[in-house]
Amino acid sequence: MNAQIIRLYAVILLLFTGLVIFTSRWSVLEAEELTDNPDNRRVLIQEQQVERGTITSSDGVLIAESLPSGGAGGNPNQRIFERRYPEGSLFGNPIGYSYVEVERSGIELSENDLLAGDRNEFATLIDQVSGSTQEGADITLTLDAEAQRVATQALQAAIDSTPGAVGGGSVVAIEPDTGAVRVMASVPGFDPNAVKDTETFKALTADETNTPLLNRPTQSTYEPGSTMKVVTAAAAIDSGEFETSTTLNANSGVSISGAPLANSGGQDFGTIDMTTALTNSVNTYWAQVGEELGSETYLEYMTRFGFNADPKLDYPDSQMAPSGVYSEGKLLDASTTIDIGRVAIGQERLLATPLQMAQVAGTVANGGTLMEPTFLQEAMDPDGRTIEELDPSPQTEVISDETAAQVTEMMVNVANEGTASGLSTSLGQLAGKTGTAEIDVEASINRPWFIGFAPAEDPQIAIAAMIERCTGCFGGEVAGPIATQVMDSLAGE
Amino acid sequence: MSARNRELFALIPVALLVSAGFAAVFAVRSEEIGTLSLTYGAYFLAVCVATHFFLRIALKNADPYLFPLCAVLAAVGLVMLYRIEESLAVEQATVFLVGLAAFAATITFLRDYHLLERYRYLIALGSIGLLLAPRLPGIGSTVNGAYLAVDLGPLSFQTAELAKIGVVIFLASYLNETRELLSVAARRIMGLTIPPLKHFGPLLVVWGAAMLMLVFIRDLGSSLMFFGAFLSLVYVATNRLSYVLVGLAMFLAGAAFFASSVGHVQDRVDIWTNTFESNPCDLSKAELADGQDCGVGQVRQALFTEAEGGLFGQGIGSTLLKLPGPFAPDCGDDKFPECGSILPAPHTDFIFAVVVADLGIFGACGLIAIYALIGLRGFKTAVMAPDGFSKLLATGLTAVFCLQAFVIIGGVVKLIPLTGVTLPFIS
Repeated sequence: MNAQIIRLYAVILLLFTGLVIFTSRWSVLEAEELTDNPDNRRVLIQEQQVERGTITSSDGVLIAESLPSGGAGGNPNQRIFERRYPEGSLFGNPIGYSYVEVERSGIELSENDLLAGDRNEFATLIDQVSGSTQEGADITLTLDAEAQRVATQALQAAIDSTPGAVGGGSVVAIEPDTGAVRVMASVPGFDPNAVKDTETFKALTADETNTPLLNRPTQSTYEPGSTMKVVTAAAAIDSGEFETSTTLNANSGVSISGAPLANSGGQDFGTIDMTTALTNSVNTYWAQVGEELGSETYLEYMTRFGFNADPKLDYPDSQMAPSGVYSEGKLLDASTTIDIGRVAIGQERLLATPLQMAQVAGTVANGGTLMEPTFLQEAMDPDGRTIEELDPSPQTEVISDETAAQVTEMMVNVANEGTASGLSTSLGQLAGKTGTAEIDVEASINRPWFIGFAPAEDPQIAIAAMIERCTGCFGGEVAGPIATQVMDSLAGE
Repeated sequence: MSARNRELFALIPVALLVSAGFAAVFAVRSEEIGTLSLTYGAYFLAVCVATHFFLRIALKNADPYLFPLCAVLAAVGLVMLYRIEESLAVEQATVFLVGLAAFAATITFLRDYHLLERYRYLIALGSIGLLLAPRLPGIGSTVNGAYLAVDLGPLSFQTAELAKIGVVIFLASYLNETRELLSVAARRIMGLTIPPLKHFGPLLVVWGAAMLMLVFIRDLGSSLMFFGAFLSLVYVATNRLSYVLVGLAMFLAGAAFFASSVGHVQDRVDIWTNTFESNPCDLSKAELADGQDCGVGQVRQALFTEAEGGLFGQGIGSTLLKLPGPFAPDCGDDKFPECGSILPAPHTDFIFAVVVADLGIFGACGLIAIYALIGLRGFKTAVMAPDGFSKLLATGLTAVFCLQAFVIIGGVVKLIPLTGVTLPFIS
């Protein structure tokens, strides 16, 4: 019988091997899928037990903190924390929220590993021995609370006072040489303290008229109108095919892609050079430049400026949209037929986010180098050690230094004697470009834009401001003043 | 070193394990570590050493590794239960002491276990009685739809635990007597070996009993365990694989039939195959609204808990079990772990999931290895036993022990459908 007994044991060992395999399957091999399973509340509950780090603005205003809530206070295993946002709706976008009921969004989501103090296996062992509990890092953002407030109020005032204004608006201000985002305002906003109530959250999600949860600067794409001419000017000079003195016939009625194109108000400008064309935002001139450059070259320059891809911002992918030429929700490339002349004046099917247009201004301001945008100034662990710090990193060498200088000069002209004349900021000499996208010609509903930077000789701030719709208005009179108010606020430090 | 001294020294790491385990739980709870954990270790060591000296006198030639191996399991069980809820560990320690006393009593009063052979039919009848007892009105109680336990006032125990030993004694004795008839006097019809019905009859009765168990106590796990032990013994006694295959086919056929006709078994299989579907056992809307889930939630929670383990685990006492503050249902702190635990039944059916989460894949495999080592020593005892009955008895008891560990761990890690049997020496 002994041989049978040994074989029986072999069978039992085989069964036990099956146990080992399946235990490994759940605890190691497929652990990640199980952790991500929507029915699995373990991670969420454990995160509630962690004291999340605070979020502070660059000027020291507390934006988010975690307070103990519910449960028996004495036992650390029973304590949970809840998020509170002292500034309310001012920072609903772009900070987002973090609640067990509605999960996370915005910076609360993208910086979650820092805020929750994500632990690795090694740290866990140390923590076990020392008996310490998991705590998150405190982070300081590059956002300026005072300028954010000015931007939000200016946007709201512009929307309220402009005849026929409905919808929202955006302001994005960045430091050209570091990529630091100083202001990101989205109107209308929401109070992140309120979304933990799931009914309120549902109502906010369902509000398709105001879309308050949308972070417009990164998520909404709009026709950029004439602000796109900055990209066209940069491409024209940098490609070597044009100079600022190159003259073209800029009368209305020039044929672009087989269809006649008119200037604003049907004006005829005769034969003018590039500087004049930018100062007066002459559509026919820039459309011809676009056609001359061709789709391939033009789209190449757009891509260098950051179009055709999500911005390289530490922000949730689901809350960022790429800018570019769209057809049925998809980005087009040079292989498709595109009316590139009209793209070059911000029309056709070109759509851009306010962040993208701020980056266009920032690139010119920074001598032609696009910097990766960032929100994070500093992250400090609970022991007071700095674990991350703003480290400016160039994204692309878009245009040469000389090209940037020439485009800057033309943009100064726009601010001094062109469509943006009358605008000024305490930062110093303004360089800018207005835009007025006509979205309903019959009802004369426009989408006003302003992009620019200051001071022109040593740019500190690059900015994009826009509101979604107003009747019979222009970029220079509606969007421009919002931008300069925000710049003034940032200059006042 | 003599065998007995090896046993004595093997107990020292066991005692250290208990001390370290308790110390870890204290550390996690940020309590005073002090000398209390060492005290627990010392108590444990004292009890084990006393048992050891008893073995030294009463059973000089017993296997020197079995007792320390079982002590390791008991130690792990005590620490895990203490980690879940202190009072459970106190209960477990009491049961451990009672178990050791019963162990000593068996050795003292049953010096010649061949006595048992004389009473085999009585034992068989008694075992069947025990199996059916939970179905009796008044003392029976159901656990998750299965009739497993008997409630006698303060005492509640799973009668199958006792019955399985009785059944093994009967089978060992019966097969030892008839094994030659079963294997030699068989006729071959159409290539199949058919044993004489006269001798095979009682075995058919055992198959019937296993099936009846499915129907009456509705417990797939126990019947799997019993039938597995039965087939193991038939194989070892007759060396005919064909019997095992026919037996297995009959069991599967029976199980398949009952799976489709007995709701409880059907549910278990559905949960096993479609764990992550929204409504695997086709509950009606009213039942869903009532919060019923036919037990699929606990299997999911077990897997979620295991996913926390990783390679080294979260550390003893660190895995989330007790729901904090606002997440806890309104049933009070003292009801834990029956209520307020994110993983249902962490102290009984799902204790292995807690082991995986706390100790990781390494700890869990260590535990499985200990069961495999106990199996090794048990089968070695069988191989070295002098006569047929002893061999079969040792084989049967070891097989039942290993299969029980397999059935519950296999259920918790979703290798087989989950059934509620206890994890030997731990839960």
